[in-house]
Amino acid sequence: MTAMPNDSTPNKIPLNARQEPAISIRNLHVAYGEREILHGITFDVPAGETVVILGGSGSGKSTLLRTLVGLEAPTSGEIIVRGKNLQKLSAEEWRELRQHIGISFQSGALFGSMTVGENVALPLHEHTQLDPATIEIMVRLKLNEVGLSGYEDYMPAQLSGGMKKRAAVARAMAMDPEILFFDEPSAGLDPIIAAGIDQLLLKLKEAFGITIIVVTHELASAFLIADRMVLLDKGKIVANGTPTELQASSQPRVRQFLDRVAEPELSQEIDYLQMLTGEVPRPRQ
Amino acid sequence: MLSPQTIGAATIDGIAYIGGLARLSAYATRALFTDMFSRRRLAYGRAVHQAMAVGIGALPILSLIAFFIGTILALQAAYELRKFGALQFVASAVAISVSRELGPLMTAILVIGRSGSSFAAELGTMKVNEEIDAMETMALDPIRFLVAPKLFAMLLMMPCLAIWADFMGVLGGSVFGIIAAGFTLKTYIIATLDALVLRDVVTGLVKSLMFGIVITTVGCQEGLRTGLGAEEVGRSTTSAVVKSIFLVVMVDLVFTALFYLNAKP
Repeated sequence: MTAMPNDSTPNKIPLNARQEPAISIRNLHVAYGEREILHGITFDVPAGETVVILGGSGSGKSTLLRTLVGLEAPTSGEIIVRGKNLQKLSAEEWRELRQHIGISFQSGALFGSMTVGENVALPLHEHTQLDPATIEIMVRLKLNEVGLSGYEDYMPAQLSGGMKKRAAVARAMAMDPEILFFDEPSAGLDPIIAAGIDQLLLKLKEAFGITIIVVTHELASAFLIADRMVLLDKGKIVANGTPTELQASSQPRVRQFLDRVAEPELSQEIDYLQMLTGEVPRPRQ
Repeated sequence: MLSPQTIGAATIDGIAYIGGLARLSAYATRALFTDMFSRRRLAYGRAVHQAMAVGIGALPILSLIAFFIGTILALQAAYELRKFGALQFVASAVAISVSRELGPLMTAILVIGRSGSSFAAELGTMKVNEEIDAMETMALDPIRFLVAPKLFAMLLMMPCLAIWADFMGVLGGSVFGIIAAGFTLKTYIIATLDALVLRDVVTGLVKSLMFGIVITTVGCQEGLRTGLGAEEVGRSTTSAVVKSIFLVVMVDLVFTALFYLNAKP
């Protein structure tokens, strides 16, 4: 009699673990001129998972996102997306890769001179051979997925902040991407609208199995949507793990971020002197 | 005080800027060429809207300005000509100065104010709003999508506007001719046509094409170089207008000199 597969079999490999990571980042350094922003970032984004990149203002998280989508060039290190090293891609390969990724910018970045429908239709017109009638149907489908049915003919200026973000997601989803990037999806939104965006991200992952990378500093949102979290501080990774692992972490910088503890004030003369001379103030005991 | 280092650095910056303009116009021209063979012809589709804004939108104000410039030219020419009893040459003076120089130049200055500034502001705002970044990440070429239609519209409309400005200038000159120099409208037009040779009109048209390239590339380059923040859009727009006027005058000088050198005595 043949033995039935057993969940406890030691050799059983979870479905996602068989696949290579959707994105692999190795020792990534990024600088603006002389000023280095990212100092040797290394982590993987498993396929089909949602990875949230957390960090305070100036931690380098937006720079990391811009580098991952090719808007900034790294000074050194490697980024492997869908098995391809971004630094070695030709213009044509970039063009091909960009049809498999979608980006929702912090401001939405909808084209103000076009209607919402035209915004969503644009990549389809440009990169597919579909006829206009089919594109029109696809636009309606995409807008329906983000809860914006009937808004095809609205101009972006006529939409609220949350609706703009949803429309931006619909545009990012237009080409059925394998990887979606979100820059601060909840920034500037009221808690109810922000919760709606979180639900939308969860729905997208569940329904389409998309790999999602979210850059945010909103803790509640991050813990709700993340499979994995990467905490950046001053251009370095200080923690990388599941939300549970991060919650359990006793690392001071992680605890300070998660417990929302303000930076200690400079109260002693020596601190002021160190601040004036550019040295890092000593940690308070 | 200007040091040799300052002058040297400014010269290098100036050459690099002109190089940037040349590269942008080359990319946009290539985009127009490749778009001709693509299925969607995105650049040409968007060029119609641009051509309407650049050309048709400018007609009323251009007509008025060119008309008054024609009248002013006639008055200024008559000031000297009447001393020699040669008022009948007013028509020739207006026709030649308008068609060779002032028609295209006034058109260019007006288009800089209306369209060059608007190109810089549009692209600058798109840059600030991350729309240019969004375009790049969607594998859409911003030059093909944004600059090429503007260049095409400008190349199409500038000569048309210049011809229209020539016509309105002559019409403006005829007002003085009819009132003070004994012309009828018919004799004024005949005198104008007698004075003009094809070369005069072609000179103006070639200049207007070059002005169109300068205005588009400066406006777009300034827009695409906009930094972060709303005040940067204002800076780009001002810079586009100032640099365009300077470069249009420089191009005018170069082409006038070239036409002068090539003219048979």
